[in-house]
Amino acid sequence: MGLLTPDSGLLFWMVVCFGVVFFILAKYAFPVIINAVDKRKKYIDSSLEAARQANEQLQQAKTEVENLLAEARRQQSAILKEAAATRDQIVADARGRAREEAQKALDETRHQIAAEKESAVNDIRRQVAVLSVDVAEKILRRELSKDQEQLDFINRMIAEVESEREIK
Amino acid sequence: MKRTKYLSIIAGLCLLLAPQTARAAEAEKGIDVAGIVFGHIEDSYEWHITDVGDVSVHIPLPVIVKSSTGWHVFSSDRLKDGAEYEGLYIAQEGSHAKKIVERNAAGEEVRPLDISITKNVLALFINSALLVAIMLGCARWYKRHEVNESAPKGGVGMMEATVMYIYEDVVKSCVGAQYRRYAPYLLTAFFFILLNNLMGLVPFFPGGANITGNIAITVVLALFTFVLTNVTGSKEYWKDIFWPNVPTWLKAPVPLMPLIEFIGVFTKPFTLAMRLFANLMAGHAGILSIVCIIFITAQLGAGICSSMSFIAVIFGIFLNALEVLVAFIQAYVFTLLSAIFIGIAHPQAETTTENK
Repeated sequence: MGLLTPDSGLLFWMVVCFGVVFFILAKYAFPVIINAVDKRKKYIDSSLEAARQANEQLQQAKTEVENLLAEARRQQSAILKEAAATRDQIVADARGRAREEAQKALDETRHQIAAEKESAVNDIRRQVAVLSVDVAEKILRRELSKDQEQLDFINRMIAEVESEREIK
Repeated sequence: MKRTKYLSIIAGLCLLLAPQTARAAEAEKGIDVAGIVFGHIEDSYEWHITDVGDVSVHIPLPVIVKSSTGWHVFSSDRLKDGAEYEGLYIAQEGSHAKKIVERNAAGEEVRPLDISITKNVLALFINSALLVAIMLGCARWYKRHEVNESAPKGGVGMMEATVMYIYEDVVKSCVGAQYRRYAPYLLTAFFFILLNNLMGLVPFFPGGANITGNIAITVVLALFTFVLTNVTGSKEYWKDIFWPNVPTWLKAPVPLMPLIEFIGVFTKPFTLAMRLFANLMAGHAGILSIVCIIFITAQLGAGICSSMSFIAVIFGIFLNALEVLVAFIQAYVFTLLSAIFIGIAHPQAETTTENK
């Protein structure tokens, strides 16, 4: 039967065709594709590994940052506390000093007042003494004549003294 | 829902066309189904495309023959309708039917050395060029793109997926440690068979040639596997054939097992060739026969013709779809078995003990 006897011409051309196709594809096509896929596979594997490492590093960095933040926060609160204490201290100091100053000024004024008062009293005393001496002198001068006259004299004297004082 | 609607529209259109084409065939009075089917399945010296009325539309192909009078190269149109040219003609019957023959001194028909570019050879050229173009096109994509840039999309992506599927699942898992060495051959065989199978299903030029359903093609493919298997086969492989690991009485006085094993060396590639040939030939014959039903029933009246045409079209669609599947399966099976045979020829320490 014709179907089952291989034709020699077709055999020949098939060997040629398949041989040429095989040669070309085996040399220029399949190795290129397979190598490219292999390379890509390696690249993907390495990329995955790199991504995993990067992720790990990121995680590490994150915990580091968190630690740093916590530390910073702690320091901040400590600094704030210290600042508050310092402020209170300064205010208290200032207040104490002001009180002292005021006290001192007050004391000085008091001393001055006391001194002024004393000198004023002394002055009055001296004037009263002078006045009394004057009054006594006049009284004594008039006593020597009459009673009426003496009295008048005393009154005049007092008026005199008084007018004198007024002039003064 | 939509799909069935489309299908019924297509089938309806076919029904409208069928009686008209069938009427033309009716004129011929009786239809030579075997002639039509085998005419399509077998090789020929011209590429017949169709008949428009009485005019045959075909591509004449070059005849290259070395006869007793030397080399002859001429167009196959010169041998049309049994005409004789330079002492050569196409035999109409006998053991060399439909082949170019010459008469020797005794007046007997003998075959000269015939390497004509026949329909199958031309189809082989076209499909080979197509395969090389497709594969080199894919390879060029990889040269133009950096590996770490991106994976291919579209056609190149599809080819890559197919190549890697065969490479990983068939070559790597069946051949064994030396799979890299045999991958190019197995991949070439797979894509060569697949493309020729699929092109054979295209009903018009440049498809439609029954290449992989031709015994010469499958024999060459099987021979490649045979040579590759046995030439590169390891010492253990030959030892397993001539002194297999079986009870001594099976091989000592009468070499029963060695004989079976030795015959097996040849039956393996023979089955490869026969399986591919028979499957593809039968597929072509099946589709053609189903289509012929339309023309046979044309003589039996319009009612029967229309209903049978509908069935034939539906069945033809089914068979075509099935053949697409078969095209892939046969290419896959050929590659898989070739890989397994090569793997057997390179037994490894653990697999040899497993096999026994």
